Amino acid sequence: MHYGAVEALRGVSLEVPDGQVVALIGANGAGKTTTLRAISRMLRPSGGSVRFRGEGLGRLASHEVVARGLAHAPEGRGIFLNLTVRENLELGAYLRRDRDGIAADLARSFDLFPILRDRQGQVGGTLSGGEQQMLSVARALMSRPRLLLLDEPSLGLAPQVVERIFQVLAEVARGGVSLLLVEQNAHKALQIAHRAYVLETGQVVMQGTGRELLASPEVRKAYLGE
Amino acid sequence: MTEFLQHLVNGLSVGTIYALIALGYTMVYGVLKLINFAHGDVYMVGAFSGYYIAHALGAGDRPTLPKALAVFVGSMVVCGALGAAIERFAYRPLRARPRLTALITAIGVSFLLEYGFQLPSFGLTTQPFPPGPTPRFFPQPFARVSWSLGGVELSNYDVVSFAVAFGFMLLLQLVVYRTRFGRAMRAVSFDAQVAGLMGINVNRVIAGTFVLGSVLASVAALLVAGSRPTINPLMGLMPGLKAFVAAVFGGIGNVPGAMVGGLVLGLAEEYVAGYLLSSYRDAIAFAILIVVLLVRPEGLFGRVRAEKV
Ligand SMILES: Nc1ncnc2c1ncn2[C@@H]1O[C@H](COP(=O)(O)OP(=O)(O)OP(=O)(O)O)[C@@H](O)[C@H]1O
Ligand SMILES: [Mg+2]
Repeated sequence: MHYGAVEALRGVSLEVPDGQVVALIGANGAGKTTTLRAISRMLRPSGGSVRFRGEGLGRLASHEVVARGLAHAPEGRGIFLNLTVRENLELGAYLRRDRDGIAADLARSFDLFPILRDRQGQVGGTLSGGEQQMLSVARALMSRPRLLLLDEPSLGLAPQVVERIFQVLAEVARGGVSLLLVEQNAHKALQIAHRAYVLETGQVVMQGTGRELLASPEVRKAYLGE
Repeated sequence: MTEFLQHLVNGLSVGTIYALIALGYTMVYGVLKLINFAHGDVYMVGAFSGYYIAHALGAGDRPTLPKALAVFVGSMVVCGALGAAIERFAYRPLRARPRLTALITAIGVSFLLEYGFQLPSFGLTTQPFPPGPTPRFFPQPFARVSWSLGGVELSNYDVVSFAVAFGFMLLLQLVVYRTRFGRAMRAVSFDAQVAGLMGINVNRVIAGTFVLGSVLASVAALLVAGSRPTINPLMGLMPGLKAFVAAVFGGIGNVPGAMVGGLVLGLAEEYVAGYLLSSYRDAIAFAILIVVLLVRPEGLFGRVRAEKV
């Protein structure tokens, strides 16, 4: 994967088994965001391949990837600041036609994050950073994905909100949705992850179960601040 | 007082036309951040396609309502297709290139239409195509009836024109703010990449935006050609520029802004020409443009984008 002449990823290979939570951790600039963007086709990788449920995604545009059951809550939250909270959520369900199902999922979003119910008529630009983050996660779930890519969902949030988001993610995962979770908050991510990968300057340098990496001295030193 | 009212009628009548054209500029700018300088020429094509369709249906015969409707719908279809083609073949291949490349291409497309329509005709049909540089006369869609209301001149053309123009503006407002397509359009105009992550087919939304804008331009052209029937291949230049000014004035990218901008510009022109000096009519638009760019470059309804990080 290249940005112009910059090689951002080199031979990264990872796998998200059905129904599992996979964490991707690494320092700033390691290539985590780039990896997610290559998977959801926000970017066209210069090489390599992405397979999802037995199908190569290589030739697809990002909207076609969504249609196959993949959702991506991007870095920076990606809220449409000119649209209302409700419209943002409805856009998450853009490809769905089942009105009743959409209404039910909208209600579920509001149950998961009650603050969004109070804010539903406000435009995204008036939300606080944490509220935008909740909206981003809730919106990604509106497409009823089978695989959800999350880019630093806890960035800049108060501890209780981080707690809430991770609770929701664990719940979602129990419901059978696979998660690929990019996090700076390595501790939290590794706790809920079945598997984890450590990325360094565009390469996978370590992998294992969440528990293994939590116990690994290198990870503890580099990413858990011990 | 009658004079004031007469200017009001005339000003609104020009203003609604500017508004209809300005909507095309503003919507395309919204989704592509591109000033589609060929838009005024799409307006011109709207008038000519109406002209050819009217002749094909027998323009010399007595005008009938079904015929007028056929001209209307036919011209809208032609312009919609033209808008989609311009997007597909001129702008889409350049989407990833610097903005300036697309802007120059827009000027190229504009020249292509303006001068393409002035080429010598093939002479295959009774109504030669291309029309060539000599002005043509747009056949009257229905007989003109004028009334004088306390000294204010008003014709059935004015009434139809207002009704149609406001009808289409209302319809567009509904499309943009109440439909799934409109929501997708607003999402694309905020962030096309993230819109793709919602499952929105961004290319299709952009093409749809060109179709909408071009259809409105053809409506404007037919309303104008109905009451001022001289049409020629360069007729889109001035209205195109003025509608662009109206769009900037209202805040480019902003749909209600384009409507208000068009109406304000039409009225300003009419009152300046009526009360000051009629030769200033065309200058007023550009005076407004300069003032807007100096004082409030984001336009009346435009906002400076503040983003949370
Ligand atoms: N659009 C771009 N153009 C050029 N280089 C880029 C671009 N986007 C990212 N990069 C580079 O690619 C590398 C990987 O970036 P990426 O955003 O994937 O990192 P990250 O692991 O998500 O970092 P962070 O934790 O800071 O979000 C970095 O060196 C970055 O500078
Ligand atoms: Mg990142």
